[in-house]
Amino acid sequence: MSKSIVIKGGTVINRNSQEIVDVKIEHDCVAEIGKNLKGDIQLDASGCIVSSGFVDLHAHLREPGKEEAETIETGSRAGALGGYTALVAMPNTDPPQDSVAVIDFVREQGKRAGLVDVVPSGCITLGRHGESLAPMAELANAGVTLFTDDGNGVQDAALMRRALEYAKGLGITLAQHCEVAELTKGAVMNECSCCTDLGLPGWPAIAEELMVFRDIELVRITGAAMHFLHLSTMRSVDLVRAAKLDGLPITAEVTPHHLSLTQELLASYNPVFKVNPPLRSIEDVRALKAGLLDGTIDAIATDHAPHPRRDKEMSLDMAPPGMLGLETALGVVLAEGGCEIRNVVAMMSWNPAKIARIDAEHGRDVVAGVKANLCVFDPELTWSVDPERLASKSINTPYVGRTLRGRVRHTIFRGTATVIDGQAQK
Amino acid sequence: MNKSVSSGSSREAMTSADVRRAIVRIAHEIVERNHGVDGLAIVGLQRGGTWIAEEISAQINHIEKEVKVPVGALDVSLHRDDIGMRPVSLGAISNIPFDLSGATVVLVDDVLYTGRTVRAAMEGLNNYGRPRAVQLAVLVDRGHRELPIRPDFVGKNLPTHRADEVSATRDGVYVTPNPEGKS
Amino acid sequence: MKHLRSIDELGLDGLTGLLQLTDHMAEINQRPVPKVPALRGRTVASLFFEDSTRTRLSFETAAKRLSADTMTFNVSTSSVNKGESLRDTVATITDMGVDAFVVRHKSVGIPWQISQWTTASIINAGDGAHQHPTQALVDCYTIREATHAQNFSGMKIAIVGDIKHSRVARSNIQAFTLLGASVVLVAPPTLLPPDVSHWPVGISHKLDEIIDKVDVLYMLRLQSERMAQGHVPTLREYSEQYGLTQKRVMALKSDAIVMHPGPMNRGVEMQIDPSDVKNSLIHRQVANGVSVRMAVLFELLGSGSSLGGQA
Repeated sequence: MSKSIVIKGGTVINRNSQEIVDVKIEHDCVAEIGKNLKGDIQLDASGCIVSSGFVDLHAHLREPGKEEAETIETGSRAGALGGYTALVAMPNTDPPQDSVAVIDFVREQGKRAGLVDVVPSGCITLGRHGESLAPMAELANAGVTLFTDDGNGVQDAALMRRALEYAKGLGITLAQHCEVAELTKGAVMNECSCCTDLGLPGWPAIAEELMVFRDIELVRITGAAMHFLHLSTMRSVDLVRAAKLDGLPITAEVTPHHLSLTQELLASYNPVFKVNPPLRSIEDVRALKAGLLDGTIDAIATDHAPHPRRDKEMSLDMAPPGMLGLETALGVVLAEGGCEIRNVVAMMSWNPAKIARIDAEHGRDVVAGVKANLCVFDPELTWSVDPERLASKSINTPYVGRTLRGRVRHTIFRGTATVIDGQAQK
Repeated sequence: MNKSVSSGSSREAMTSADVRRAIVRIAHEIVERNHGVDGLAIVGLQRGGTWIAEEISAQINHIEKEVKVPVGALDVSLHRDDIGMRPVSLGAISNIPFDLSGATVVLVDDVLYTGRTVRAAMEGLNNYGRPRAVQLAVLVDRGHRELPIRPDFVGKNLPTHRADEVSATRDGVYVTPNPEGKS
Repeated sequence: MKHLRSIDELGLDGLTGLLQLTDHMAEINQRPVPKVPALRGRTVASLFFEDSTRTRLSFETAAKRLSADTMTFNVSTSSVNKGESLRDTVATITDMGVDAFVVRHKSVGIPWQISQWTTASIINAGDGAHQHPTQALVDCYTIREATHAQNFSGMKIAIVGDIKHSRVARSNIQAFTLLGASVVLVAPPTLLPPDVSHWPVGISHKLDEIIDKVDVLYMLRLQSERMAQGHVPTLREYSEQYGLTQKRVMALKSDAIVMHPGPMNRGVEMQIDPSDVKNSLIHRQVANGVSVRMAVLFELLGSGSSLGGQA
């Protein structure tokens, strides 16, 4: 007999409404919206926003293969604390998510943890080697809707064309990590004046833009849907904007770190700031923010990339790229400012749910009858990051000592509170 | 012969004339003690002793005519025993352009105090060769020795307090008691 | 001053201070017994992850002349080179009582990263293509010795070659410009870093256009790998365009100086034997290495300037 939950006094934000009401949850659904509701568990939401739970299109949960850095359980917990009720798990696991067996394993681990919906993505190419297509139809039949070789881009243009043509017939979306590998060999940071001073090989913006351009044109001739992962440069935004004006079925995401951090941080020689694509210039940051505001960019996705402590204590060139993101995403986005709460909810919940094709149960308006996947967050609360106290198994967050604004108070997943008063419940 | 008075409560312990006479006397004593100037070399300690070393050498040249006793300068900063305990500023660079081996080296300094500078100087001399003997000439001996060092030639014995500061130039020797309230 | 990791961290005052201190050390090295007890009881450890017998010996000689004890860690290219136990290695050695590390590594930033894991002073003997501050000190001292100039204003210095991959170039550009010289970089565009517009230097792609105007010609080594990586079509073409040939030596001003940090790639950037070049100061660069490094060690460990001190 599950207990009913009432979220009291929060501001419920839906697509066409915003009001302070109570939300009652019974079993796994929203039962009632109204005033002075009663239930077994009361969760105080005064001063908070109540919205559909966040959906991350881009999380590396590391299991199977690199459980030292994170497991599906610890990653799910980090997600729940960040207000997420669904995480799209990236396929660069070991073995990679290019077979039904691995897809099922990841999904099962997610169910066992029971903290978020773990939505496994599939590889575009077998093994992510970029040579031949993965069995996308088989994986689609197993429920996979998003496919990517993330970690790498698909280098071969002909192969990418065929992948898009094949995908079109399956009603799935391909997602690209845009990086022309020959231009980024050995690169450690953005190619800029800072890398000139440091004597480090640079990751030029065109390495991303060339592939963005290529794939836009491939979409144009194939008609398949394409989602661009972690866009990071001004010109990438311009290219996507023009493509959308042409009516092409393209969506794009940006990470919180690309909205808030710049290349100069690499001058600290701290590998925690090393990431792919790299932190860029302040002009790129501004262009990405403008892209969010005008709808060129559809979603904020974390690219949560845990690495064990030892890996980030290596030299800059040897350390693996990637940063944590699930628990700090909201706080970073609100601290950066310039975006209305409603837009933040759209970027972090409504739009990504649609792109991942899980909008039957996620990213819905909070009304009676929908599955109770909700996030209750205080948009004003400031807090600073202590890496040792994060739920993730790893500590590689670039926000140590920074003050963030906005924190999740409660998270409800399928009618159960996974987070109450900022504490994980399991 | 001007009596110049330095700042505040300094007292004049030697006038410039006293200084000049003391140096002349020391030069004579050096020649007398060493029965001439054979094998003699004068080495002034940076920075306070170098001008005195030059004067002594000039005096000896005056006394013994036709003889130029070699003069060098030694910076002992890198031989001190208190390196790392307080900031060291390096004086002018050492310059000993002759061979010391077998020479009678007269070390010259302005003020002899704890004796540590002279100890450092004797060690520094070893870098240049092995003297036959080392003698010490100072303009002022102000006492408070911390090492078993004694001068062979002294301009003036001057009892002082530890907190006093002593300065010695051609213009005279001045004692400033406890100049900045130091203990 | 707690560390010597880069020229920009050192600053102009630090730079001129070390050059003056080097005069003292040079005098010590002239003595029949070139040894002072200044760093007695201190321990200097060499952590060379990249092989360099010459630089390492230069540091060890410098330490010994100051009576410091030395330790050498010959780090193999295996696990420690991957950085896996770099932190442990450093912490362990520090626990043995090391006062200063001299570090050379092929990765940029190691001297700064190591500073987190030890209280010892760090001397950067080369980190990737980033900095090699003691080489810059040696080069500035050599120029100063030859020209008797305390600062370099009015001096025109050309640095020729693979600037992009050169830590010597980066350190020297900073040091020469701090001292007031006007610096021009001479290289094909592929051997220049991506964006040098903010560097206070001139750029030229034609050595012959500037060679008769410079006071110092500083040649950098071109590694043969650069051809394989496509930075230059062939080594021969590079040598024709940018190498020091007999003809170019004749074009130099009569009092111009020629320098090279070593080791030389004969037949590539140096087509002629440096001992045949009248104005070559390459041998002085080598000779001055020990004095400069003595000054650095003394400044960090013995001068008391780091007492009570922050980095």
